[in-house]
Amino acid sequence: MAAAVGVGQQWVLVEMVQAFYEAPAYHLILEGILILWIIRLLFSKTYKLQERSDLTPKEKEELIEEWQPEPLVPPVSKDHPALNYNIVSGPPTHKITVNDKECINFASFNFLGLLDNEKVKNAAQASLKKYGVGTCGPRGFYGTFDVHLELEERLAKFMRTEEAIIYSYGFATIASAIPAYSKRGDIVFVDEAACFAIQKGLQASRSNIKLFKHNDMVDLERLLKEQESEDQKNPRKARVTRRFIVVEGLYMNTGDVCPLPELIKLKYKYKVRIFLEESLSFGVLGEHGRGITEHFGINIDDIDLISANMENSLASIGGFCCGRSFVIDHQRLSGQGYCFSASLPPLLAAAAIEALNIMEDNPDIFQTLQGKCKRIHRALQGISGLKLVGESFSPALHLQLEESCGSRENDVKLLKRVVDYCMNSGIALTQARYLEKEEKCLPPPSIRVVITVEQTEQELDKAASLIKEAAQSVLN
Amino acid sequence: MERPAAEPGAQPRANGCSGAAHGALRNGYVRGLPAPDTQIHHIVHNGGLYKKPFNEAFEETPMLVAVLTYVGYGVLTLFGYLRDFLRQWKIEKCQNATEREEQKDFVPLYQDFENFYTRNLYMRIRDSWNRPICSVPGAKVDMMERVSHDYNWTFMYTGRVIKDIINMGSYNYLGFAQNTGACQEAAAKVLSQYGAGVCSTRQEMGNLDKHEELEKLIARFLGVESAMAYGMGFATNSMNIPALVGKGCLILSDELNHASLVLGARLSGATIRIFKHNNMQSLEKLLKDAIVHGQPRTRRPWKKILILVEGIYSMEGSIVRLPEVIALKKKYKSYLYLDEAHSIGALGPSGRGVVEYFGLNPEDVDVMMGTFTKSFGAAGGYIGGKKELIDYLRTYSHSAVYAASLSPPVVEQIITSMKCIMGEDGSTFGKECVQQLAENTRYFRRRLKEMGFIIYGNEDSPVVPLMLYMPAKIGAFGREMLKRNIGVVVVGFPATPIIESRARFCLSAAHTKEILDTALKEISEVGDLLQLKYSRHRLVPLLDRPFDETTYEETED
Repeated sequence: MAAAVGVGQQWVLVEMVQAFYEAPAYHLILEGILILWIIRLLFSKTYKLQERSDLTPKEKEELIEEWQPEPLVPPVSKDHPALNYNIVSGPPTHKITVNDKECINFASFNFLGLLDNEKVKNAAQASLKKYGVGTCGPRGFYGTFDVHLELEERLAKFMRTEEAIIYSYGFATIASAIPAYSKRGDIVFVDEAACFAIQKGLQASRSNIKLFKHNDMVDLERLLKEQESEDQKNPRKARVTRRFIVVEGLYMNTGDVCPLPELIKLKYKYKVRIFLEESLSFGVLGEHGRGITEHFGINIDDIDLISANMENSLASIGGFCCGRSFVIDHQRLSGQGYCFSASLPPLLAAAAIEALNIMEDNPDIFQTLQGKCKRIHRALQGISGLKLVGESFSPALHLQLEESCGSRENDVKLLKRVVDYCMNSGIALTQARYLEKEEKCLPPPSIRVVITVEQTEQELDKAASLIKEAAQSVLN
Repeated sequence: MERPAAEPGAQPRANGCSGAAHGALRNGYVRGLPAPDTQIHHIVHNGGLYKKPFNEAFEETPMLVAVLTYVGYGVLTLFGYLRDFLRQWKIEKCQNATEREEQKDFVPLYQDFENFYTRNLYMRIRDSWNRPICSVPGAKVDMMERVSHDYNWTFMYTGRVIKDIINMGSYNYLGFAQNTGACQEAAAKVLSQYGAGVCSTRQEMGNLDKHEELEKLIARFLGVESAMAYGMGFATNSMNIPALVGKGCLILSDELNHASLVLGARLSGATIRIFKHNNMQSLEKLLKDAIVHGQPRTRRPWKKILILVEGIYSMEGSIVRLPEVIALKKKYKSYLYLDEAHSIGALGPSGRGVVEYFGLNPEDVDVMMGTFTKSFGAAGGYIGGKKELIDYLRTYSHSAVYAASLSPPVVEQIITSMKCIMGEDGSTFGKECVQQLAENTRYFRRRLKEMGFIIYGNEDSPVVPLMLYMPAKIGAFGREMLKRNIGVVVVGFPATPIIESRARFCLSAAHTKEILDTALKEISEVGDLLQLKYSRHRLVPLLDRPFDETTYEETED
């Protein structure tokens, strides 16, 4: 076999040599050129690499010389509506002096009127005498005072949860709590009307954020279903992807209440945890002021985490989260605003404890507040040019323009004239302020009316009729 | 936890054993060294930038100690796995809080590793942290006695109070944490007039006359055009940096910057690059590269560059090389954000912070940030700078729009203590406090060094880290000191690099010489007991942590 193949090859070679001799000269020359061409193609680069672009030190210096940065901050026009603050002289209580005019306060979130409460002040004074003002350290390093422990215990007891944790700043509470649990790759379903602190918490968490339409459970379920089918495609990933729904009890930006019973159903159906921000509803809703869970009669353990600040109803400073120890305790090592910040001044914690005492001793205070909210809600209906937004039992309501006059800037100016009109007649109001470029879903400009228990019925009626009058004179 | 045990090869890098010559080249600005050649080095590089000696030393970790530390973590990790195994088989009782039955089939709320660390390492020495106190956090504090019968899983309060523990842990630099005296009286008066809270934001109805008064005073104190105060120090950083920079801007941040600066930088959406701690070559290289190469991918030039540094680094005790930073910032037309959380009040002949310490002009720092928690014995933070900057922040700061303003009695505490430091209360008390702190610092640091401890940081820094290295010594040091009635702060991973666990003392003007001497005596005793006197007095004292040429970069999507 091998020999036969060898002979065959030999014959082919012989034929080739023969063909070579017989071929015409021009053919050979052509072939020779082709072969040379192939060799050239093989050994030459097919394209020219770009010249190496190393800059000489001199060129670099020129570039550095040439570079002109933007100014650190752009100039702010002198009459920017947010630049010139109202100046409050004296305490910002029921009677307030704004820009030297004495007014009834319809702007501060002092729902229960505890800012001015003598008992609260006395408790804070006693604490000041014992501890001084500052704590000079974070909770971990000798910044834990007995009052902090007491306040945490009291809050947990008040809310009927296992544990509570306090932060020294209301804004930092939910903004630290969210990233303590939700990490990169996790999914958060959040109402598009969520307040700025939630938005910042979400941003810090770097999770996937899915916005659903404000209070629209159908839209939320659509997103959850979408996620479910996504999960079925990739079950391994789904097993480690945490899912959260973040909602507010009463929405700061709209005054609406969240449909909590439906949310709970969705929670168990799709295995999503619920974080609830209750800064506006804590100490306001429910028979004992426990907030939205009490309002709807929901078992508080069905909510994974509740966060609220102590800057509204409790009239102190700071915030807290509460829930089961399994959840809350995790923040003691991973809540950034808890670990890395100085703890709450003891006098503010003492004030919050005393405020809780008052809330526990006078549960009718919440009924009174509800009554007042409903009264002004009725009275503010049907103002021509202004639209009332928010639940009838919400202590913070929004008055928006019925029709925008074209640009946000002009709307703000128009509303400012309404506010100024009221302020001149002794009712202190403020517009809800937003950072227009930073908000995910910017709410329309509005005047925020805040109701407190200290406002008498006459004052409520006066405020309503004054706003009506102002709207008439400014808008028509 | 697993990492170091798994790759002991990383150890020489992590503890900076890469050689002294190496370090001297890269980070060779240390002054006042015994070796004359290094001295020359300094002079060559920094000519006239420093008006006084800048003594900052970091002794390198002894090799044996480093190895033993890793072994320590290895043993702990092994035992951790063993006990987790026992817990899984219900041989050992698991004391963790557990998930609700109804939610067992949800995705776990937090990661296993975090849990592992907490369960098996942190839990063993948890009693060294969160010790509850029940008095003013002054030079001496009263502490609530607590015991644990289940190895730190739960604590019980005995109801007894341990009196007069020497407080080496609180940031009470100037001693203004008091419950008597001018500050307390003024705060009490304001409290009864205004109440505790404010119930509104600055832009809505929470801008009190007191706030305006405070801000004018801060501006005067700092020597800047204008200033603004915020309710929380942490939030001052995390809520204002995003107002200053954004997409298309570059942030150059020191690797050891505080969590609040890191968070603020992340929230801003700007690109973040990290330079080596206090290392000016690293910073300059990043600056130069940034301007020459522009933004990655788009190749557009950066809109602006912001350098983030701290005055005193709270875990290292080092002081920023501000003269050099300012020179670089000017040369490369970038902006400087200086966080004086620990340095304001604590440095400089009249307590004006690190700018005054180096004899520089406050106008050269674009954003002067600081907190009131420490030297002023209050709470909150401020930003000072040009009028345009503050006007802009008044309009666009997240804090001004969305967060409650400072509590009035806290404001009053700041006003009174600041006036006292400035001497505007008509006494020299404030000035004496500043001087006392400086003396205490020098004395305490010198004595500790003489005893043979490895001490980090600048000789003028009131933050004094004493190196413990080994994980078991963290707990042991904390407990032994408490037994001797001294409260100290101990820190380990993750607040420090894994092998550089340390104890940290914060000096105060309220510490008397007797208090310091008692503390020093006890520290020395415990140091012998735990064999902490590692120092070989071989001061080739450069902090040369690993410096690979790659830069860490973080871009927010």
